[in-house]
Amino acid sequence: MKTPALFAAFLLLAGWLQAQTVVTGTVKDGKGHPLRGASITIKDSYDGGTADSLGNFRFKTTETGTKTLVVTNIGYNSLEQPISLAGAPLELRLVLKESLSELKAVTITAGSFTAGDAKRGAVLSSLDVATTAGSNADITAALKTLPGAQQIGEQEGLFVRGGAGYEAKQYIDGTLVNNPYYTSVPDIATRGRFSPFLFKGTVFSTGGYSALYGQALSSVVLLESIDLPEKSEVDATISPIVWGLGTQQLAKNKQSSWGFSYNYVNVDLYFKAVKQVPDYFTMPQFHNGDANFRIRTKNGGMIKYYTTFAYNDLGLRRQDVDSLNMKDAFSLTNHNWYNNLSWREYLNNGWKMDLGAGYSTNLDNIGQRVQDFKNQPVSFADSVFWMNNKSFAVDQKQQLAQAKAVFDKKLGALSAIRFGSEYWYSVNDQRYRTPHYGVDTTIKFQDNFNSLFAESDIYLTNALAAKVGVRYEHSSVIRKSDIAPRVSLAYRTGPEAQVSLAYGVFYQKPENSQLFYASNLGFTKATHYIINYQKMSKDRIFRVEAYYKQYKDLIKTVPIYNNYYYSIYNNSGDGYAKGIEFFWRDKKSIKDFDYWISYSYLDTKRNYLNFTEKMTPNFAATHTASIVMKRFFTKIKSGVNLTYSYATGRPYYYIRQDGGKYDMLETGKTKDYNSLNFSCEYVPTVGNAKARTFVVLFASVSNVLGYNSVYGYNFSYSGQYKQEINPPAKRFYFIGCFLSWGVDRSQDAINNNL
Amino acid sequence: MQKTLLFFALLISLSGVAQSDKYVQTMKNNIALLDSAKSIDQLQSLASTFERIGDAEKTQWLPYYYAALAQTWIGWNPATKDKDANSQKINAYLAKAEAIEKNSELYAVENMSSTQQMLVDPQSRWMTNGKDAGEALQKGLAADPNNPRLYYLQGMSLFGTPSQYGGGKDKAKPLFEKSVALFKAAQPKPLYPTWGQKQAEDMLAQCQ
Repeated sequence: MKTPALFAAFLLLAGWLQAQTVVTGTVKDGKGHPLRGASITIKDSYDGGTADSLGNFRFKTTETGTKTLVVTNIGYNSLEQPISLAGAPLELRLVLKESLSELKAVTITAGSFTAGDAKRGAVLSSLDVATTAGSNADITAALKTLPGAQQIGEQEGLFVRGGAGYEAKQYIDGTLVNNPYYTSVPDIATRGRFSPFLFKGTVFSTGGYSALYGQALSSVVLLESIDLPEKSEVDATISPIVWGLGTQQLAKNKQSSWGFSYNYVNVDLYFKAVKQVPDYFTMPQFHNGDANFRIRTKNGGMIKYYTTFAYNDLGLRRQDVDSLNMKDAFSLTNHNWYNNLSWREYLNNGWKMDLGAGYSTNLDNIGQRVQDFKNQPVSFADSVFWMNNKSFAVDQKQQLAQAKAVFDKKLGALSAIRFGSEYWYSVNDQRYRTPHYGVDTTIKFQDNFNSLFAESDIYLTNALAAKVGVRYEHSSVIRKSDIAPRVSLAYRTGPEAQVSLAYGVFYQKPENSQLFYASNLGFTKATHYIINYQKMSKDRIFRVEAYYKQYKDLIKTVPIYNNYYYSIYNNSGDGYAKGIEFFWRDKKSIKDFDYWISYSYLDTKRNYLNFTEKMTPNFAATHTASIVMKRFFTKIKSGVNLTYSYATGRPYYYIRQDGGKYDMLETGKTKDYNSLNFSCEYVPTVGNAKARTFVVLFASVSNVLGYNSVYGYNFSYSGQYKQEINPPAKRFYFIGCFLSWGVDRSQDAINNNL
Repeated sequence: MQKTLLFFALLISLSGVAQSDKYVQTMKNNIALLDSAKSIDQLQSLASTFERIGDAEKTQWLPYYYAALAQTWIGWNPATKDKDANSQKINAYLAKAEAIEKNSELYAVENMSSTQQMLVDPQSRWMTNGKDAGEALQKGLAADPNNPRLYYLQGMSLFGTPSQYGGGKDKAKPLFEKSVALFKAAQPKPLYPTWGQKQAEDMLAQCQ
């Protein structure tokens, strides 16, 4: 028995003595940077090594013959190569190629601010919108603290880079929103109709946007609604101004949900407590109801339906500008119904499909009368026609039905092509009456609008990407087509830093108010050139962006001799806008303190509508800046937010039709705009997962310092007298309590086991 | 002849033993190294070694588990700056292990991976990564309600949460107690994880 044991011992020894190959070498990337942590393995064996911080590795192996060496590192393409192991030391120089990955690749940032929780490169989240002082949870108000947007207080809308409010459009889940704001009241900005909490992502494009969207000369706001809620809950809002109740029900299998909510706004109590300049003879009240369902499909797609219904009415009286004895009484009733159905589906072979359909209808009944000191309607002699012109009634109804389909195919890791089409059918009715002249006209027009678009994302490397697109549009009411090319590029210049360029042509139909009277018009046109530099780390963003925009074919108004009701329109307007903008956000330097600073410089002139020459529009300030600060105090579970906004004065004009031409009777500049807004929240149940009731107490004051804002002037007919356009009250106060009752069962399993 | 046969029989059995011995022995050696490893380079090298063993063995989830665990210890090191990239590595190892077997030990590592990502920015990430961490714990407890490491991890999460947010020493203490009790009763199979007892006892001492 001696022999086998000896033999075995010998065998073991032989094992030890058996040719051991020492393998050494380096693992680096294409640029020669060492790849720390890269793993080097001889396939199907235990043997291998790991690269150190200099990229060096060394290991011994008892394997012999021809084997496969596998080199891997996260973010790089794996390398396999045959090696021959024969006992002689091996030295290898290994190079791994970086793989294209969404996390590392550049994204095109020229012209767009991506906001939202899930998105990379997020600038603002839904919570940021709610906690931006002065926004009062209005998306548009929060976007106004970003560069590119003007501080406009007398009208709703986003006035972006020298563009008018109607030149910015909003899309929800890919389909156009026809009436994103509550109907205008003269000289008062209304709120947006949609709560920020409906959306998981917001993209605010200040120019150079994708070929998937159109009909906006200056800007698009793309809102992406949330998929499924995280849990079932019931919500309530209690405030002196607004009462609301709603629920979201998530199915047990977490694959579908439904919900509805209702809120009622009545400012009667508030206006009694806080004096308003206008005399409200019908207290503004708003009824808003909405409902939704969402279904996750088998392949991870989503079907979402959202509908909202709103009714509101109000009436207010203000001092007439021509006569101290007279008042202008304005009244408005609005009905709005909005529907959005979308279906996103993942198909085979990297195809994705986005279908959207929408229907909306908006009815406004507007009346204005000149009244005497007893609030009785007054008629005037024909010679003072400008007084009679101020009494009128308008009923207008806008309907929009639309469908959109986008197909998307991934090519390789990141590149993609997408194409699709959309169709809008709009019907616009207007009835216009004047009590003095007995005019009663009804006008109606409809438009079939089609577009076809294609776009490609091309990733050459992780550091260089391009987006190339083209869009074709046709509008039946003006019988015109256009072709709009869009190109953008992004190049990474260093870690976290990149440069983007964008170019695009954008067309927009004339406004409804013009199309009622003229159909021989063409598309208005803007060409954008943008260059952007961005450096972004996890908690800090720095951006600087410069742009040049050229406007062509803007609508000009040509007066008809001594006719003060109708004008002729043509496409002879033009103009430009150029500027530079800075943005800095820092969540890091001071603990629990988050702030951002925006600055915009704008130089713009246009000759359009009744302008007598190329002039800076009255919605364009040269310098605009905002600083937004947020601080959350964990110990007392409270947050404090401050926003300060500043804008240089805006030009104002008094242009009057005189016979067959327009005369400039007065020009000037308003004083600078300043506003300091404050808000705070107390969240007693934050972070307590066991809490059954989640409570937020919120309070805000706009224009804390009581600065007297002058947005512009209204002129008497003669031009002898002008009246400041001010907000209806110096300050706006809001207090509210938001409650939600949700059942979060994540703790139950653990508690049950204790 | 008989001797030769015997010899071959011995040789065959010896090599057979050597094969599984090699796995057990290599694992034991490396687990011992992991217990004493301190530097990131050491841990990274061990993670790769465990991955190699897993790739060669193909049917064992433990090598991948230890690869993920080594990567997790790297994640707890303050010198590791990019926690997201590190968690991506942990999750890749976990995915390989889970393809072989899903169990409560893997959920424990998943919990730590998500927790590390959450801690990058707790305010904005507690609803996403924080939620994932909680779900991993839940699944782990459903798979094995007697896993002492899960109670330790749950205790750590509560310990690190301020009392006004529903955490604190008082809330964490019963979990550490339960964890320590389970550790004392535990009889882990060979090569199975044993880490956590000392940590749980230390934490319990801090709660006193």
